[in-house]
Amino acid sequence: MRQSKNNIMNLSRLAAAAIAGAALTGAIAASPVLAAGEQHALKDVAFSFEGPFGTFDRGQLQRGYKVYVEVCAGCHSLDLLAFRNLSQEGGPDFTPAQVRVLAEEFPREVLDGPDAFGDMFERPGKASDHFPPPFANEAAARASNNGAYPPDFSVLAKARHGGADYIYSLLTGYDEAPAHVEMREGMAYNPYFPGGQIAMAQPLSDEVVEYTDGSPMTVEQYSKDIAAFMMWAAEPKLEERKRIGFQVMVFLVVLAGLLYFTKQKLWRDVDH
Amino acid sequence: MSGHSTIHFKNPVVRWIDTRLPVISAMKVNALDFPTPKNLNYFWTFGGILTLFLGIQIVTGIVLAMHYTANVGLAFNSVEHIMRDVNYGWLLRYMHANGASFFFIAVYIHIFRGLYYGSYKAPRELLWMIGVVILLIMMATAFMGYVLPWGQMSFWGATVITNLFSAIPLVGTPIVEWLWGGFAVGNPTLNRFYSLHYLLPFVLAAVVFLHIWALHVPGNNNPSGVEVKSDKDTVPFHPYYTVKDSLAIVVFLLFYAAFVFYMPNYLGHTDNYIPANPLVTPAHIVPEWYFLPFYAILRAIPDKLGGVIAMFAAIGVLFILPWLDTSRVKSAAFRPLYRQFFWILVLVCIGLGYLGAKPAEGGYVIASRILTAYYFLHFLVILPLLGIFEKTRPLPASISESVLSKGSGGGAAAAAGAASAPENRG
Repeated sequence: MRQSKNNIMNLSRLAAAAIAGAALTGAIAASPVLAAGEQHALKDVAFSFEGPFGTFDRGQLQRGYKVYVEVCAGCHSLDLLAFRNLSQEGGPDFTPAQVRVLAEEFPREVLDGPDAFGDMFERPGKASDHFPPPFANEAAARASNNGAYPPDFSVLAKARHGGADYIYSLLTGYDEAPAHVEMREGMAYNPYFPGGQIAMAQPLSDEVVEYTDGSPMTVEQYSKDIAAFMMWAAEPKLEERKRIGFQVMVFLVVLAGLLYFTKQKLWRDVDH
Repeated sequence: MSGHSTIHFKNPVVRWIDTRLPVISAMKVNALDFPTPKNLNYFWTFGGILTLFLGIQIVTGIVLAMHYTANVGLAFNSVEHIMRDVNYGWLLRYMHANGASFFFIAVYIHIFRGLYYGSYKAPRELLWMIGVVILLIMMATAFMGYVLPWGQMSFWGATVITNLFSAIPLVGTPIVEWLWGGFAVGNPTLNRFYSLHYLLPFVLAAVVFLHIWALHVPGNNNPSGVEVKSDKDTVPFHPYYTVKDSLAIVVFLLFYAAFVFYMPNYLGHTDNYIPANPLVTPAHIVPEWYFLPFYAILRAIPDKLGGVIAMFAAIGVLFILPWLDTSRVKSAAFRPLYRQFFWILVLVCIGLGYLGAKPAEGGYVIASRILTAYYFLHFLVILPLLGIFEKTRPLPASISESVLSKGSGGGAAAAAGAASAPENRG
């Protein structure tokens, strides 16, 4: 009788532990299930910013910026970022002097004004300016892009399942349409895009952007670099977050250890 | 909570205050000396964890509100402004967003603990019912908070949930338009949700105060379910449970911090980083994970009004739970049949959560219907009958006796075993 009660207590403790586990797994399992679409499995790139100690590769972000300016910026805006962000900590690490030049040399000027006569005017960018958009409004963007609206890049890496891996897979995933797929007018086949038909024609080709640091000038490399750059644009405080996170984890583990021994000593003389 | 100062304080300033407003002796009686059963396990630490998370949500929320703009044209970018330009804004926002999730993880464990150990039974029925009110306010607050970033899921989630009220016969549509402040979810909706999202946590804090007050009248339930009989059954709350709760809180914070710092968007939906667009409906509209079981129940019923009623009834049934459970034995440890049904209920709830994330089609709908039916069957049929037919195990005479029979070989060896192996008693 006593023995069986003892077993019950142990069982109930086990069961109790399972509740917590179940609640946590329930929480964790729920999300990925949500938007698991009908898409192709993504290619997995080993990006430097992954993992608990991940940091951005400065050279990669600088190359990614070059790809953005020379290839993407014609259609895709970067509204939430300013040129000054390019020199902030945890980013591409351009110097403030370089940023002034980059802002001036950006392919578009910045709309400013009104001036003393009430007229708007264009002037070269400054570090404090936000990236000037390629189109005045959505209608203008659609008119120039066969009815499609090129999405803004600011948080795009966080707005797509798979993030940087998705961007890389998409950019390297253009292919001939299989015979059974009927393509709509002006669309390109890309199995990584939901529905498989994307309005953006393959934007990258080998040698289209000149790299001066010896990195290979291939579609794969360009795609990795722009994907990393977009991840930084979407999550500019990633490095600070992971650095502080490690400090917090160490603090909590030490505190938990101290509290555990305090609790053990305190409860030693209490039957409970 | 009331009455006159009962303790003589040496410090003259403290004494001066306490004889006029006995807040210090009330704190001492209710927070320091409060007699607490000595056999509480770690599932009793979630009350403290929840109180902390209410605090975290309020503090981070107040600072976020200083930088947020509740306007359909500005809200999304103001959140990104917090992420990019506000000092530690990313930390505040990720703490707040993940804080909501961990608040719900803790509250669900807290509720299932209450179910397992029969904490809702006399004399704690009102304590339990106040707890259900807290759950409802939490859900309303979380729902409105998720609308504020004004992403795609914010907008479409708000549209789906507010539209539920249109199922009410005759007055449904006027009520929904009244909730919206217009003919669709729009700027007036966002503004009032922001106002209420700021208000409700303080209402929550007040109801939590009542919850704790109602707890401190009968005192804690405990794993044996046997009420406190003598001083030997209890220890003072401080230092015994302040230290034990602190340990549990810090361990819980470790999980929380892992999400905040290493996977801050894991529990969210990627679509909410797309600005709200009333003209583009997302492929799948799914609520946050903590609403998924209720969402599954909503969609399980083929009729819209029926689904809404079932969803609210899923929580409503908890209100009358103290009278549905007819067994006089509290703890599942002494209820062999109830314990099995309890675990089936846990699995059913997790199953409903899984189904809530799946599209409402084919086998998923059938499974949702079966699990929904079982959920109500558990409360409305199984529990009342169990109290009549279940043969419970003999209860220990007191908490102290139940403690002695635990963690040792049992029987007469209990006392000797406890003395010879103190390390097993931690």
